[in-house]
Amino acid sequence: MKMLRIALASLWNGDRQADRVVPPSGFTAQLTLFAAATMAFLAVFALALSLASGRLAHIWGQELARTATIRVVAPIDQRSAQTDAALRILETTKGVATARALTDEEQQSLLAPWFGPELAIDALPVPRLIEIIEEDDGMDADGLRLRLAAEVPGAVLDNHSRWRAPLVKAASRLKLLGWVSMTLIIATLAAMVTLAANAALSANAQVIAVLRLVGATDSYIAQAFIRRFTLRALTGAAAGTGLGLLAILLLPSTADAGGFLTGLGFQGWHWIVPLVIPFLSGGVAFVATGAAARRTLKDLA
Amino acid sequence: MQCLRRGALKPKRCWGTTVQTKRDMRVIEFENVAYSYGGGELLSDISVKLAPGSFHFLTGPSGSGKTTLMKLCYGALLPTAGHVSLFGKDVRTMERDDIAMIRRRVGVVHQDCQFLNHLPVAENIGLPLTVSGRHAETGGEDLQELLSWVGLSSRADALPPELSGGERQRAALARAVIMSPDVVLADEPTGNVDWEMSQRLLRLLVELNRMGKTVLIATHDLGLIRATKAQVQARVLRIANRRIQLAGADL
Repeated sequence: MKMLRIALASLWNGDRQADRVVPPSGFTAQLTLFAAATMAFLAVFALALSLASGRLAHIWGQELARTATIRVVAPIDQRSAQTDAALRILETTKGVATARALTDEEQQSLLAPWFGPELAIDALPVPRLIEIIEEDDGMDADGLRLRLAAEVPGAVLDNHSRWRAPLVKAASRLKLLGWVSMTLIIATLAAMVTLAANAALSANAQVIAVLRLVGATDSYIAQAFIRRFTLRALTGAAAGTGLGLLAILLLPSTADAGGFLTGLGFQGWHWIVPLVIPFLSGGVAFVATGAAARRTLKDLA
Repeated sequence: MQCLRRGALKPKRCWGTTVQTKRDMRVIEFENVAYSYGGGELLSDISVKLAPGSFHFLTGPSGSGKTTLMKLCYGALLPTAGHVSLFGKDVRTMERDDIAMIRRRVGVVHQDCQFLNHLPVAENIGLPLTVSGRHAETGGEDLQELLSWVGLSSRADALPPELSGGERQRAALARAVIMSPDVVLADEPTGNVDWEMSQRLLRLLVELNRMGKTVLIATHDLGLIRATKAQVQARVLRIANRRIQLAGADL
């Protein structure tokens, strides 16, 4: 506890003399910087994946849950009448906010990826689609199905639950995967810093012996290493986070192509979240180096 | 050496239980101490007391345990049997930080000096002040005085590997006394230097003793002991067969 307090004070205030007593370790320092930067870069992507998956799960779970579609499958000459009948039923169905039949142009654009833009939709037995937006409390899908079966035999209600449930599950899993990745990245950073700190402490066993000879406490010796590794991790992670955010910014936007991968990024206040990564890395390095220093100093005593 | 004489570098506050060195108190006391390592006993049944302001030599053949006994004197080693008291506290009951504080009151000069090779001589000498957080408090004035006392003013900016054997010993002595310790321990301080330099180091150690510091020198240099006894009253402790055999006897 005392060591922690002194280390925090030293980290905050800085002690040029204490910094100088441990010889500079150029190569190890660069490796720690590089490792912290790489881990932070990967952490930005893991965070983006997790947040994007969360958004997707929300959309599929909440927004799509309040939409439904009716397909009116009827001969061409009855299609219009059955569509009107279905819309009349929907007008009197509790829980339906809005309902409208898709226009020919809208249906044509839906089929365009498969049949091309010149499709003569009137000449084909394509079902007419009715889009339903539910109220917040939702509607009674089973009751509606029974009414449609009785009055509009060609109408089939699809409330999307069949394909929505596995997608929501997949998005939730992806979100979890993102957080697991984040945890693993942080743990890996902690392991790397611990290894580097152990190596530095072992390489400086003679320095530690001299410092002890002249009356240095373990807290004093540890703080020199803790401050050094914490600042390295902080600096490296800041650079890695900056690069990661830049890479996310340079991803193609949703407007360009659409789809999940192009939505992999941050939206709104989520852009602030990655800024936590450098401080988290610094905290991890602080704790990892402190633990390594305590262990090594005890062994060297 | 005014800064040592006037006690300008004396700690304003002692650690934990404030321990003052009274004239009747033993600064270092061994009671039936034994030390074993790797299955073999290096020291056995050692009982010795160092009073404040006393001057002692520790002699004995190579490998007799002089350095081990010196290390027991500042808590670098713990006895495997018996009791070692430093300034009235049993070393085995001390925390590591307590031992660190003890070392601020015990200046040590090793035969191999032990410096931080990446720091200049002046910073190495000032290291005890740095680690005790008193560097800013004392400033560089006392350090300059100390450098002048050991004749290293012109070598202040040199790195330790650039120093000669004698210069290293004098720098180590300066570092050992910069905190104005109560005790100065020197392990073979003249082992790597010529006769003239050994006399110079001896004069410094005698001067420290006259300032009231307790001095313990481990050496097998009989000439050094004789030269010292001509200047101050010194006691000789001889280690042989793991025991102190001639404690209190003159050479």
